[in-house]
Amino acid sequence: MGAAAGGEAAVALHGIVKRFPGVVANDGISLAFRAGEVHALLGENGAGKSTLVGILSGMLRPDGGRIEVGGRQVRIASPAAALRLGIGTVHQHVLLVESLTAIENLMLGAPWWRRCDRKAALARFNRLAALLSVAVAPDVPVGRLSPGERQQVEIVRALWHGGRVLILDEPTSMLTPKGVEDLAAVVRRLRQRGVAVVFITHKLKEARALADRISVLRRGRMVGALGPEELRAATGKDAMEAVVAMMFERGEEAGERAPGAALPPPRRHDTAPPLLVMRAATTTGERGECPLAGADLDIREGEILGIAGVDGNGQKHLAEALAGQRPLASGTIALAGRAIQALGVGRRRRLGIRYVSDERLGEATAPHHALAVNLVLKEIGQAPFWRCGLTSWRRIHAHARRTIAEANIDAASERLAIANLSGGNIQKALLAREWTPGARLLIFNKPTHGLDLHSTHRARAWIAAAGKAGATVVVVSNELDELLQLCQRIAVMERGKVAGVVENGAGAETGIGRLMTGMEAP
Amino acid sequence: MAAGPATPAQGGGRAGGRAALWGALAVALPPLLALAAGAVLLAALGKDPLAYYGYVLKRGLLSPTGFEASLTRAAPLLLIAAGLIVAFRAGLWNLGVDGQFLLAAVCVAAAAPPLAAAWPAFVAIPACFAIAVAVAALWSLVPAFLKARHGINEIVSTLMTSFLGIGLANVLVKLPFNDPATTVPQTATLPVEERLARLGDSTVHWGVVLAAVAVVAVHLAMTRTAFGLKLQIVGANPRTAIHAGLDVGWLTFAAFAASAGLAGLAGAVDVLGVHGTIRADWNPAYGILVIPLVFLARFNGFAALAFVFLFAVLVIGGESAARRLDVPSFFVLVLVALLMLFFAVTEFLGHILGRRG
Repeated sequence: MGAAAGGEAAVALHGIVKRFPGVVANDGISLAFRAGEVHALLGENGAGKSTLVGILSGMLRPDGGRIEVGGRQVRIASPAAALRLGIGTVHQHVLLVESLTAIENLMLGAPWWRRCDRKAALARFNRLAALLSVAVAPDVPVGRLSPGERQQVEIVRALWHGGRVLILDEPTSMLTPKGVEDLAAVVRRLRQRGVAVVFITHKLKEARALADRISVLRRGRMVGALGPEELRAATGKDAMEAVVAMMFERGEEAGERAPGAALPPPRRHDTAPPLLVMRAATTTGERGECPLAGADLDIREGEILGIAGVDGNGQKHLAEALAGQRPLASGTIALAGRAIQALGVGRRRRLGIRYVSDERLGEATAPHHALAVNLVLKEIGQAPFWRCGLTSWRRIHAHARRTIAEANIDAASERLAIANLSGGNIQKALLAREWTPGARLLIFNKPTHGLDLHSTHRARAWIAAAGKAGATVVVVSNELDELLQLCQRIAVMERGKVAGVVENGAGAETGIGRLMTGMEAP
Repeated sequence: MAAGPATPAQGGGRAGGRAALWGALAVALPPLLALAAGAVLLAALGKDPLAYYGYVLKRGLLSPTGFEASLTRAAPLLLIAAGLIVAFRAGLWNLGVDGQFLLAAVCVAAAAPPLAAAWPAFVAIPACFAIAVAVAALWSLVPAFLKARHGINEIVSTLMTSFLGIGLANVLVKLPFNDPATTVPQTATLPVEERLARLGDSTVHWGVVLAAVAVVAVHLAMTRTAFGLKLQIVGANPRTAIHAGLDVGWLTFAAFAASAGLAGLAGAVDVLGVHGTIRADWNPAYGILVIPLVFLARFNGFAALAFVFLFAVLVIGGESAARRLDVPSFFVLVLVALLMLFFAVTEFLGHILGRRG
């Protein structure tokens, strides 16, 4: 391990606090990132890592606490200010102009009145590339580079103004195994040059392979740290087990935080036959999406099955493939023994598959159309609202008024554009739309995403009730508490595959944590 | 990360009435402002604005010949408006109506004389209509395919195929469809007695009725059928349409075919009802004139009916007013430009008021 490890603090945080409406994202975090040290920040979704990165990169202003750079207290007012202080950030999603070349992207930050000095920029690019020993063509449009190469361009950009600190936010999520190796080599070289590298990740293996120091965040607080000595000493699995426990285990705090913790425990369904069987399913995705890469899944009749995983590991494609709105490239899906992978949304809906999308206004509804239209959106052309293709607005509006009363939707009129309703009321409308006679399998993608506390509680109670009423339910969520509260079994997605399925019960969160952090091969 | 702030539900009843009032105002305000600004311009040119508008009204609307000429001129414009409403409501910006119109018109002009000679009118004329619809719909296949399969922006592709269509129409007139009996390149002329029948003893042909019926039918189809609602959902957000299980690809093809087919029908009506032949390099560019009117009508068929007719009155009346008062004949286009300007201003004001209210 590098002798430089354990130098002086390049950046020190003291008691950083950041609040968002309804949540304290960072709750008094104190940390020091040392020159020549690779510091891994671990934590599950919503632990506060991204907020911390936002504060360090100048995108968010902290509500409390101090930041010191090189021993001097500073204010990081903007991303430009962060770069001037020598703090460069490589974000999870690549932020480069795809139609411009690497060198053009790098010259973008210059003041408008200065002439673009391409020669000097190219010389600097070559020097930095040699230093990192990466070989990226500077004159090829960035859109044609591989994800790994694009990331290398981003690293060069982050170090463009003389990097003191390099923050890598989930740098491996889009990379191939070879890309991860290349990145590790770059990180080691930077450490030798005395750069403080902050490495945000979910993957314990990577943290252990690269980091000199590990800090664990949970619910906005520092809950543990492993220094260089402990890491070097920890040859066995014990230290890593301890980290998983720090990241995922729920103490009594979980009970008081999770809304609706008073719901009755779910029924067990160990022996029920599978209602739906997915085998070796693959999909094709746009750039930046994680497609399915050979997913296998059994959904048992009458169970509530959770789908956990770090964001962007194929959960959305899984939900869409089950619903029929994303065709499989290969693989099979069978519902009660009948192959359905070739059927579209409408046919699967008639077989009882219902999908509640997480994007309530972006996908699930036509926002500027009336609530009444949105309530029948998936039945356009069908009786009783349409006869021979002709619309019966009278029936559609009557149906909407009935639904508003039954589902207790707070809307002054069924003719109101649905975008005018609150998130909780839109969710009520969507639940009413999908929960109609004949529903056998309900698929929820992040059912409480963006809802307030009260609506969250109600949506969870609704799902639990649907499970009680005999429906089979799949809940995709990045909130572990939600899954632990609702589901009998929880499947974990990783890189487009189902890494494993954990029975809910004592110690389930540790099992899920192991699968999510890639500690356990499926 | 943080729970998003929930937007409060807004009250509906009173706001609904105010919105309807604002909607009516937003439609009526731009034409009035454009006429007022046009009056200022005329006064600056040393012409009497009241005399000009008076002439436009008298020659375009109040005199029998002017009224009939306005109705005749409105026929192709109305059919193009119907086609644009279908496409625009489906969120497809078919700006290629001029190419679709002209190509269909040229093919009908070539086919009509032999068909009319061989068959009785009640067979020949529907056959010509069918040819027009088919030719225009075929010409829209390329942009429809590019949009549906590859997501290529239809604004660019329809404009390009429009230029190609206009060029191809000219080639057809000059080479295969050229009537050797004439000195200038043009298609064989359809005898006057074979053209669309007149209404009563007027000069107006029954294509006008067909056009008005088409606009109303399109309006009803868009607002009162499953097909229309499906197109509107695709237009609102293709992802929502996919989520709802609609076949977005098929609907895109269908909307393009319907839109282009109506533009083609406009070409057939103009040839069979008025011209009887097409000369090389003839291109009235109706589409470019109708697009602003359809926007002004906010894709509403009845409003489009009114705007297109008023525009026809303005064109017909403006021509004779221009001669009589020595105002340039393109002053009508200045009025249309002012109309668009005030349309944009009203939209902007509505946006600001909507945000505050």
